[in-house]
Amino acid sequence: MATQDNRTMTLSISRYCPGEDKKPKLKDYDVNLADVKGQMLLDALLHAKEKNPDIGFRFSCSEGVCGSDGMNINGVNGLACVTRLDELPDKVVLRPLPGLPIIRDLIVDMTQFYDQLHKVNPYLKCKKMAPANKERKQTPEERNELDGLYECILCACCTTACPSFWWNPDKFLGPAALLAACRFVKDSRDDAKAERLDELRGAFAAFRCRVIMNCVRVCPKGLNPTKAIAELHKEMVMTDEEEAS
Amino acid sequence: MVNRLSRRGVQDWLAQRVTAIIIFAYTFLMMPRLFCPHLNTHIAWQALFAHTWVKVATLLTVASILWHAWIGLWTVFTDYVKSAGLRCLLQILVILVLAAIGLWALLLMVQ
Repeated sequence: MATQDNRTMTLSISRYCPGEDKKPKLKDYDVNLADVKGQMLLDALLHAKEKNPDIGFRFSCSEGVCGSDGMNINGVNGLACVTRLDELPDKVVLRPLPGLPIIRDLIVDMTQFYDQLHKVNPYLKCKKMAPANKERKQTPEERNELDGLYECILCACCTTACPSFWWNPDKFLGPAALLAACRFVKDSRDDAKAERLDELRGAFAAFRCRVIMNCVRVCPKGLNPTKAIAELHKEMVMTDEEEAS
Repeated sequence: MVNRLSRRGVQDWLAQRVTAIIIFAYTFLMMPRLFCPHLNTHIAWQALFAHTWVKVATLLTVASILWHAWIGLWTVFTDYVKSAGLRCLLQILVILVLAAIGLWALLLMVQ
């Protein structure tokens, strides 16, 4: 492999313009990495876009925080802004996140993803008012329960890598929404645990997870949605038993 | 509002795990007999199945297999077969086959 400075990378980008194309097709763009300002795939994409302004993709913060530039990189979902160029082969195939409708090129319609997130009510539900001019307090142990759950940036890499979501996108909530559900079920300040779990007891919402673990493999933040889903399953079984006894 | 389909998710999840444990335990106990020449004879199997507890354990395992298979196949059908009519037909066929296997096992055990 040539050194990074004089290496030429071929970006094979899925191009699709509704109204013009019947289906997406790959188009190659050669990028000399010596001309790229930066070390990440997003930088190479932006360089290609300088010469071909009609290439469509989302991005914003460029540092793995906003989750806008999720795409399928050589068959694996990831964020272009945190994917290092020196870890990629000379040919990189870029496709939109699978399982969601394509708006244009690498831009997908996230409506279904957000619809599923809204179903888990991703916000605190408290029955009592917070003490006047004070925050709702947690012990360090209670706060630690949220580690690995709250860091999700909603890039949709996990949910769109999940076959269960591909087959039932309207019924199965998907890893990201279930991670959010677990985050609020585990929150000591939340008063709606039973109600939240009750919403997930059906055959599809949470139980369609078949532990394929694509979500864990692709999460750019290193989170483990499969573990969170297993926690939800356990909580549901335990609360069922408590209700029966 | 999430599509809840009653509480079936929890029940199926629990049933799959409990039935898997029963199937594993039965297989674990029976498998060694297949590799012991003196226990893997018609007479030895007949003597074993003369005990009522073996018949009950076998019927319990068969019921577990049928329940486990039904949950698994229902899941596969709802994933991959999007036509409601075809899915219904396949589910009826599976129920008939599973019921036949269950009846066959029952008849063998009560003989």
